[in-house]
Amino acid sequence: MKKLINQHPNKTARWFLGLLPFAILLVLYLIASDARLTENPNDKLLPAFATFGDAIYRMAFEANKRSGDILLWVDTASSLTRLAWGVGISALVGLLFGVLNGTIPFLRASFSPLVTFLSLIPPMAILPILFIAFGLGELAKVMLIVIGITPFLIRDLQQRVLEIPAEQLIKAQTLGASTWQIMLRVVLPQVLPRLIDAVRLSLGAAWLFLIAAEAIAADQGLGYRIFLVRRYLAMDVILPYVLWITLLAFVVDYGLKKISLWCFPGSTA
Amino acid sequence: MSYIEINNLWKEYGDQVVLERINARVKKGDFITIVGASGCGKTTFLKMLLGTESASRGAIVLDGKPIPAEPSAERGIVFQRYSVFPHMTVLKNVMLARELEHSRLLGMLFGAKRNAAKKEATELLERVGLGHALNKYPHELSGGMQQRLALAQSLMRKPAILLLDEPFGALDPGIRADMHALVLDLWKQHQLTIFMITHDLKEGFSLGTRLWVFDKLRHDPQAPNAYGARVTYDIPVGQADRSLYRQLDRQLESSGLPATPA
Repeated sequence: MKKLINQHPNKTARWFLGLLPFAILLVLYLIASDARLTENPNDKLLPAFATFGDAIYRMAFEANKRSGDILLWVDTASSLTRLAWGVGISALVGLLFGVLNGTIPFLRASFSPLVTFLSLIPPMAILPILFIAFGLGELAKVMLIVIGITPFLIRDLQQRVLEIPAEQLIKAQTLGASTWQIMLRVVLPQVLPRLIDAVRLSLGAAWLFLIAAEAIAADQGLGYRIFLVRRYLAMDVILPYVLWITLLAFVVDYGLKKISLWCFPGSTA
Repeated sequence: MSYIEINNLWKEYGDQVVLERINARVKKGDFITIVGASGCGKTTFLKMLLGTESASRGAIVLDGKPIPAEPSAERGIVFQRYSVFPHMTVLKNVMLARELEHSRLLGMLFGAKRNAAKKEATELLERVGLGHALNKYPHELSGGMQQRLALAQSLMRKPAILLLDEPFGALDPGIRADMHALVLDLWKQHQLTIFMITHDLKEGFSLGTRLWVFDKLRHDPQAPNAYGARVTYDIPVGQADRSLYRQLDRQLESSGLPATPA
């Protein structure tokens, strides 16, 4: 008998073991839901699967009676648009300042303490300021994401730039490179794969800020819908929405990973 | 007037004197190997030639002018490691010098200029024995091949001075012999002035035209940092006899240099 640390499950066993906890959760839910519904058929906390089916059909395939929109797609489109703008702007700003701070000591001396300070402000605490400054429209929500994740991206990329061995920067200078050329040919290509990694790490926070902003002031969006139907204890809508958001988050993360592997083969561990 | 003049050069870090009263004249085309115990300031000296360290007192004069205080294209360098760019292929690593030279804004060449740079880089790489690995990335190369690449990359910009900081220290002895032949070949072809640090005294005696030994002449046991190293020997290579070699070997061994393979 080998020691426990030397025993590895084969492929079939890994699939089985990976799916097992999900199956157990599902069964537990069914038992609990069934028990509550036997007690009170109008119970809303743990709806039966048929109720979920109705709700999903209503949200995803039927036009809303009042607005004429199919709500799930409208919500998804507006949330993903906000997320894309927020993360896109953050990635650009993060890359720009990360490379500049990491490469030029005088800029680092000035900006690095500021970025550290900004990164320590809890973004949710300044959400009211954003609503006051940028209004209740799209801009405030995008800005919350930007303010929430940009300092992290700048600090992470600055660190990656500083990790480039000094020998490389000296070598480039002995080949006649200017500061600008070093940034363009030595630093940038080496931190671009890191940018994708950093963005993937910041996506969780980006979703958090997006949903929080939508919960407080919006008229459509995935976070808005969840918080709206909470008033009616509509678990049959909330749970599918949560699973849908989880799926979207997974797909975005997986897509970035594939892009990274495709654009920079060998650089992502 | 000499090509490089080193005038009463000192390097101090606070109380610690690393180098003191270094004086030397170097002719164009000299190949100087530098040996000395670890921590005696060989690398500091090389960094002052490179421009990444400044002298505390004294000066290095290059062609009648003070040596530039930052790395520049007239002084090539090969470090023991990290000398090549990991995100570029072998060919692009070498082409880079020409691209940086002719395209100040983008650092990239296109069309006929690019093809010319490619041809030149390929020829240089073939001369250092990397003609078969043009499209490989540095991490796919062995240590010896990476150093060949680093040499080719440095020479593409046609530096007048080549600085080598223990370039073969991490290589196997057999490969090291090949690299010696290569360096001597490139030195003659490109008419370089070379400074090479080595911890292998035998290497110092077999390569180049002059051997410098860095060592502390004065030593105060109460204050080990009070005196710095100087150039204690400046030996024209080829004119030294075996007894001097053995004497130096013993002396360096006693001051902490790893024993040289017989």
